[in-house]
Amino acid sequence: MPVNPELQGRVLPPTEPYLVGREKVREFARAVFATNPINLDPEAARAAGYDDVVAPPTFPIVVQELTLAQLLAEPDAGIDFSRVVHGDQRFSYSRPVVAGDLLTATLTVSSVKTLGAHSIVVAESVIVDADGAHVVTALSQLVVRGED
Amino acid sequence: MPAPDFASLAVGDIVAEQSFPLTRDSLVRYAGASGDFNPIHYRDDVAHAVGLPGVLAHGMLTMGFAVQPVVDWAGDPGRVVDYQVRFTRPVVVDPAIGAVVSVIAKVGQLDEAETVARIDLTVKVGEETVLGKAQVRVALG
Repeated sequence: MPVNPELQGRVLPPTEPYLVGREKVREFARAVFATNPINLDPEAARAAGYDDVVAPPTFPIVVQELTLAQLLAEPDAGIDFSRVVHGDQRFSYSRPVVAGDLLTATLTVSSVKTLGAHSIVVAESVIVDADGAHVVTALSQLVVRGED
Repeated sequence: MPAPDFASLAVGDIVAEQSFPLTRDSLVRYAGASGDFNPIHYRDDVAHAVGLPGVLAHGMLTMGFAVQPVVDWAGDPGRVVDYQVRFTRPVVVDPAIGAVVSVIAKVGQLDEAETVARIDLTVKVGEETVLGKAQVRVALG
Protein backbone atom coordinates (compact mmCIF):
# COMPACT_ATOMS: atom_id res chain seq x y z
CA MET A 1 0.00 0.00 0.00
CA PRO A 2 1.51 3.37 -0.97
CA VAL A 3 1.65 6.34 1.37
CA ASN A 4 -1.60 8.28 1.25
CA PRO A 5 -0.87 11.59 -0.57
CA GLU A 6 -3.77 13.20 1.28
CA LEU A 7 -1.63 13.13 4.43
CA GLN A 8 0.06 16.30 3.19
CA GLY A 9 -0.93 19.23 5.35
CA ARG A 10 -2.51 17.10 8.07
CA VAL A 11 -2.04 18.34 11.64
CA LEU A 12 -2.21 15.72 14.40
CA PRO A 13 -3.52 16.41 17.89
CA PRO A 14 -0.90 17.63 20.42
CA THR A 15 0.82 14.83 22.35
CA GLU A 16 0.32 14.23 26.08
CA PRO A 17 2.70 16.56 27.95
CA TYR A 18 6.18 15.04 28.43
CA LEU A 19 7.95 15.92 31.69
CA VAL A 20 11.72 16.07 31.15
CA GLY A 21 13.42 14.35 34.10
CA ARG A 22 16.90 15.19 35.34
CA GLU A 23 18.01 11.56 35.38
CA LYS A 24 16.59 11.04 31.87
CA VAL A 25 18.68 13.96 30.63
CA ARG A 26 21.77 12.49 32.28
CA GLU A 27 21.04 9.04 30.87
CA PHE A 28 20.60 10.47 27.37
CA ALA A 29 23.72 12.63 27.75
CA ARG A 30 25.83 9.59 28.68
CA ALA A 31 24.37 7.64 25.73
CA VAL A 32 25.52 10.31 23.23
CA PHE A 33 28.93 10.77 24.90
CA ALA A 34 28.08 14.26 26.18
CA THR A 35 30.64 15.27 28.76
CA ASN A 36 29.78 18.94 29.25
CA PRO A 37 29.02 19.51 32.98
CA ILE A 38 25.99 21.62 31.94
CA ASN A 39 24.42 18.36 30.68
CA LEU A 40 25.15 16.43 33.86
CA ASP A 41 25.59 18.63 36.92
CA PRO A 42 22.73 20.86 38.15
CA GLU A 43 25.21 23.22 39.85
CA ALA A 44 27.17 23.73 36.63
CA ALA A 45 23.89 24.24 34.76
CA ARG A 46 22.73 26.86 37.28
CA ALA A 47 26.10 28.60 37.07
CA ALA A 48 25.51 28.86 33.30
CA GLY A 49 22.08 30.42 33.87
CA TYR A 50 19.77 27.41 33.53
CA ASP A 51 17.27 26.07 36.07
CA ASP A 52 18.57 22.50 35.83
CA VAL A 53 20.65 20.19 33.64
CA VAL A 54 20.44 20.96 29.92
CA ALA A 55 19.59 18.20 27.47
CA PRO A 56 21.94 17.47 24.55
CA PRO A 57 20.87 18.95 21.18
CA THR A 58 19.30 15.73 19.86
CA PHE A 59 17.24 14.97 22.99
CA PRO A 60 14.05 16.42 21.42
CA ILE A 61 13.91 13.26 19.26
CA VAL A 62 12.49 11.54 22.35
CA VAL A 63 9.51 13.91 22.27
CA GLN A 64 9.26 13.96 18.48
CA GLU A 65 9.13 10.16 18.52
CA LEU A 66 5.74 10.39 20.25
CA THR A 67 4.39 12.37 17.30
CA LEU A 68 5.92 10.00 14.73
CA ALA A 69 4.22 7.09 16.51
CA GLN A 70 0.92 8.99 16.13
CA LEU A 71 1.59 9.47 12.43
CA LEU A 72 2.38 5.80 11.83
CA ALA A 73 -0.81 4.88 13.70
CA GLU A 74 -3.04 7.03 11.48
CA PRO A 75 -5.39 4.39 10.04
CA ASP A 76 -5.29 5.81 6.50
CA ALA A 77 -1.58 6.75 6.40
CA GLY A 78 -0.37 3.69 4.53
CA ILE A 79 3.07 3.94 6.10
CA ASP A 80 4.60 0.48 6.62
CA PHE A 81 7.01 1.00 9.53
CA SER A 82 9.23 -1.90 8.46
CA ARG A 83 9.92 -0.02 5.20
CA VAL A 84 10.71 3.33 6.76
CA VAL A 85 14.26 4.69 6.53
CA HIS A 86 15.25 7.89 8.30
CA GLY A 87 16.42 10.19 5.49
CA ASP A 88 17.37 13.32 7.34
CA GLN A 89 16.75 15.16 10.57
CA ARG A 90 16.85 18.75 11.68
CA PHE A 91 16.29 20.64 14.92
CA SER A 92 15.73 24.39 15.09
CA TYR A 93 15.88 25.68 18.64
CA SER A 94 14.51 28.75 20.39
CA ARG A 95 16.20 27.47 23.54
CA PRO A 96 17.61 24.15 24.75
CA VAL A 97 15.48 21.59 26.60
CA VAL A 98 16.08 21.72 30.36
CA ALA A 99 15.12 19.18 33.06
CA GLY A 100 11.76 20.19 34.49
CA ASP A 101 10.32 21.23 31.13
CA LEU A 102 6.81 20.02 30.38
CA LEU A 103 6.81 19.63 26.60
CA THR A 104 3.99 19.18 24.15
CA ALA A 105 4.54 18.36 20.49
CA THR A 106 2.29 18.87 17.49
CA LEU A 107 3.08 17.18 14.20
CA THR A 108 2.25 18.58 10.79
CA VAL A 109 2.86 16.55 7.65
CA SER A 110 4.73 19.17 5.61
CA SER A 111 4.91 17.16 2.44
CA VAL A 112 4.37 13.78 0.83
CA LYS A 113 6.27 13.14 -2.37
CA THR A 114 6.80 10.16 -4.63
CA LEU A 115 10.24 9.36 -5.99
CA GLY A 116 10.08 6.27 -8.17
CA ALA A 117 8.84 3.42 -6.00
CA HIS A 118 9.57 5.35 -2.82
CA SER A 119 7.58 7.92 -0.90
CA ILE A 120 9.17 10.75 1.01
CA VAL A 121 7.25 12.07 3.98
CA VAL A 122 8.41 15.21 5.80
CA ALA A 123 7.08 15.49 9.34
CA GLU A 124 7.48 18.73 11.27
CA SER A 125 6.95 18.50 15.04
CA VAL A 126 6.69 21.79 16.88
CA ILE A 127 7.59 21.40 20.56
CA VAL A 128 6.41 23.98 23.09
CA ASP A 129 6.77 24.32 26.87
CA ALA A 130 4.10 24.54 29.58
CA ASP A 131 3.58 28.24 28.78
CA GLY A 132 3.08 27.46 25.10
CA ALA A 133 6.41 29.08 24.21
CA HIS A 134 8.35 27.55 21.32
CA VAL A 135 11.32 25.40 22.37
CA VAL A 136 12.32 23.49 19.26
CA THR A 137 11.00 22.37 15.91
CA ALA A 138 12.04 18.87 14.88
CA LEU A 139 11.91 18.03 11.19
CA SER A 140 12.19 14.43 10.01
CA GLN A 141 12.36 13.22 6.48
CA LEU A 142 11.12 9.63 6.28
CA VAL A 143 11.76 7.57 3.19
CA VAL A 144 9.20 4.81 2.77
CA ARG A 145 10.65 2.18 0.45
CA GLY A 146 8.31 0.81 -2.20
CA GLU A 147 7.74 -2.89 -2.89
CA ASP A 148 10.90 -4.60 -4.13
CA MET B 1 31.96 29.20 30.05
CA PRO B 2 32.72 32.06 27.63
CA ALA B 3 31.85 31.56 23.97
CA PRO B 4 34.67 31.29 21.42
CA ASP B 5 35.57 34.66 19.95
CA PHE B 6 33.49 35.05 16.79
CA ALA B 7 35.81 37.70 15.34
CA SER B 8 38.79 35.34 15.46
CA LEU B 9 37.10 32.64 13.35
CA ALA B 10 37.74 32.10 9.66
CA VAL B 11 35.93 29.86 7.19
CA GLY B 12 37.83 26.59 6.95
CA ASP B 13 39.15 26.63 10.55
CA ILE B 14 38.95 23.25 12.26
CA VAL B 15 37.38 23.93 15.65
CA ALA B 16 37.13 20.37 16.97
CA GLU B 17 38.12 16.82 16.11
CA GLN B 18 37.20 13.63 17.93
CA SER B 19 36.85 9.88 17.39
CA PHE B 20 34.08 7.84 18.95
CA PRO B 21 34.63 4.10 19.43
CA LEU B 22 31.24 2.35 19.37
CA THR B 23 30.50 -1.10 20.72
CA ARG B 24 27.27 -3.05 20.97
CA ASP B 25 27.08 -1.75 24.55
CA SER B 26 26.88 1.80 23.15
CA LEU B 27 23.87 0.79 21.06
CA VAL B 28 22.06 -0.87 23.96
CA ARG B 29 22.71 2.18 26.12
CA TYR B 30 21.32 4.51 23.44
CA ALA B 31 18.31 2.23 22.88
CA GLY B 32 17.44 2.51 26.55
CA ALA B 33 18.05 6.25 26.76
CA SER B 34 16.14 7.12 23.59
CA GLY B 35 13.40 4.48 23.69
CA ASP B 36 14.27 3.28 20.17
CA PHE B 37 14.25 -0.50 20.61
CA ASN B 38 14.28 -1.48 16.94
CA PRO B 39 16.06 -4.89 17.07
CA ILE B 40 18.23 -4.09 14.01
CA HIS B 41 20.31 -2.13 16.51
CA TYR B 42 21.16 -5.10 18.75
CA ARG B 43 20.22 -8.43 17.08
CA ASP B 44 22.33 -9.89 14.29
CA ASP B 45 19.65 -12.39 13.29
CA VAL B 46 17.03 -9.67 12.82
CA ALA B 47 19.48 -7.39 10.98
CA HIS B 48 20.40 -10.19 8.57
CA ALA B 49 16.77 -11.24 8.09
CA VAL B 50 15.90 -7.76 6.76
CA GLY B 51 18.90 -7.74 4.44
CA LEU B 52 21.30 -5.58 6.42
CA PRO B 53 25.04 -6.31 6.54
CA GLY B 54 24.86 -6.46 10.35
CA VAL B 55 23.69 -4.60 13.43
CA LEU B 56 23.61 -0.85 12.77
CA ALA B 57 24.09 2.12 15.07
CA HIS B 58 20.95 4.24 15.40
CA GLY B 59 21.24 7.16 12.99
CA MET B 60 20.12 9.39 15.84
CA LEU B 61 22.96 8.07 18.00
CA THR B 62 25.49 9.10 15.36
CA MET B 63 23.76 12.47 14.99
CA GLY B 64 23.74 12.76 18.79
CA PHE B 65 27.45 12.31 19.43
CA ALA B 66 28.68 13.98 16.23
CA VAL B 67 27.57 17.36 17.62
CA GLN B 68 29.24 16.91 21.00
CA PRO B 69 32.73 18.16 19.97
CA VAL B 70 30.99 21.34 18.77
CA VAL B 71 29.09 21.66 22.06
CA ASP B 72 32.37 21.31 23.96
CA TRP B 73 34.00 23.94 21.75
CA ALA B 74 31.01 26.30 22.09
CA GLY B 75 31.08 25.83 25.86
CA ASP B 76 27.30 25.64 26.28
CA PRO B 77 24.77 23.35 24.54
CA GLY B 78 22.37 26.32 24.55
CA ARG B 79 24.47 28.09 21.91
CA VAL B 80 23.41 25.52 19.29
CA VAL B 81 20.50 27.14 17.45
CA ASP B 82 20.07 24.68 14.57
CA TYR B 83 21.41 21.23 13.77
CA GLN B 84 20.73 19.11 10.73
CA VAL B 85 22.11 15.94 9.14
CA ARG B 86 21.38 13.60 6.26
CA PHE B 87 21.77 9.89 6.98
CA THR B 88 23.82 8.81 3.98
CA ARG B 89 25.32 5.48 5.06
CA PRO B 90 24.63 3.19 8.01
CA VAL B 91 27.30 2.50 10.65
CA VAL B 92 27.76 -1.26 11.00
CA VAL B 93 28.87 -2.18 14.52
CA ASP B 94 30.80 -5.44 14.59
CA PRO B 95 29.98 -7.64 17.64
CA ALA B 96 33.66 -8.09 18.50
CA ILE B 97 35.51 -5.01 17.29
CA GLY B 98 32.71 -2.45 17.13
CA ALA B 99 33.22 0.59 14.91
CA VAL B 100 35.06 3.89 15.14
CA VAL B 101 33.35 7.06 13.94
CA SER B 102 35.53 10.13 13.38
CA VAL B 103 34.22 13.69 13.50
CA ILE B 104 35.92 16.80 12.13
CA ALA B 105 34.17 20.12 12.79
CA LYS B 106 35.09 23.00 10.50
CA VAL B 107 33.79 26.55 10.11
CA GLY B 108 31.60 26.50 6.99
CA GLN B 109 30.11 29.97 7.04
CA LEU B 110 30.12 33.07 9.24
CA ASP B 111 27.06 35.26 9.60
CA GLU B 112 28.50 38.56 10.81
CA ALA B 113 25.13 40.26 11.34
CA GLU B 114 23.79 37.49 13.59
CA THR B 115 27.19 36.37 14.99
CA VAL B 116 26.25 32.83 14.09
CA ALA B 117 28.89 30.38 12.91
CA ARG B 118 27.85 27.48 10.72
CA ILE B 119 30.02 24.53 11.65
CA ASP B 120 30.17 21.74 9.07
CA LEU B 121 30.81 18.22 10.31
CA THR B 122 32.70 15.54 8.42
CA VAL B 123 31.60 12.24 9.94
CA LYS B 124 33.31 9.09 8.71
CA VAL B 125 33.91 5.43 9.38
CA GLY B 126 37.29 4.75 7.79
CA GLU B 127 37.15 6.55 4.45
CA GLU B 128 33.36 6.43 4.16
CA THR B 129 31.17 9.40 5.00
CA VAL B 130 28.18 8.36 7.11
CA LEU B 131 26.43 11.72 7.60
CA GLY B 132 25.88 14.17 4.76
CA LYS B 133 25.11 17.87 4.99
CA ALA B 134 25.82 17.77 8.72
CA GLN B 135 25.63 21.40 9.81
CA VAL B 136 25.45 23.01 13.23
CA ARG B 137 24.57 26.67 13.63
CA VAL B 138 26.13 28.12 16.77
CA ALA B 139 25.19 31.54 18.18
CA LEU B 140 28.32 33.27 19.49
CA GLY B 141 26.94 36.77 20.06
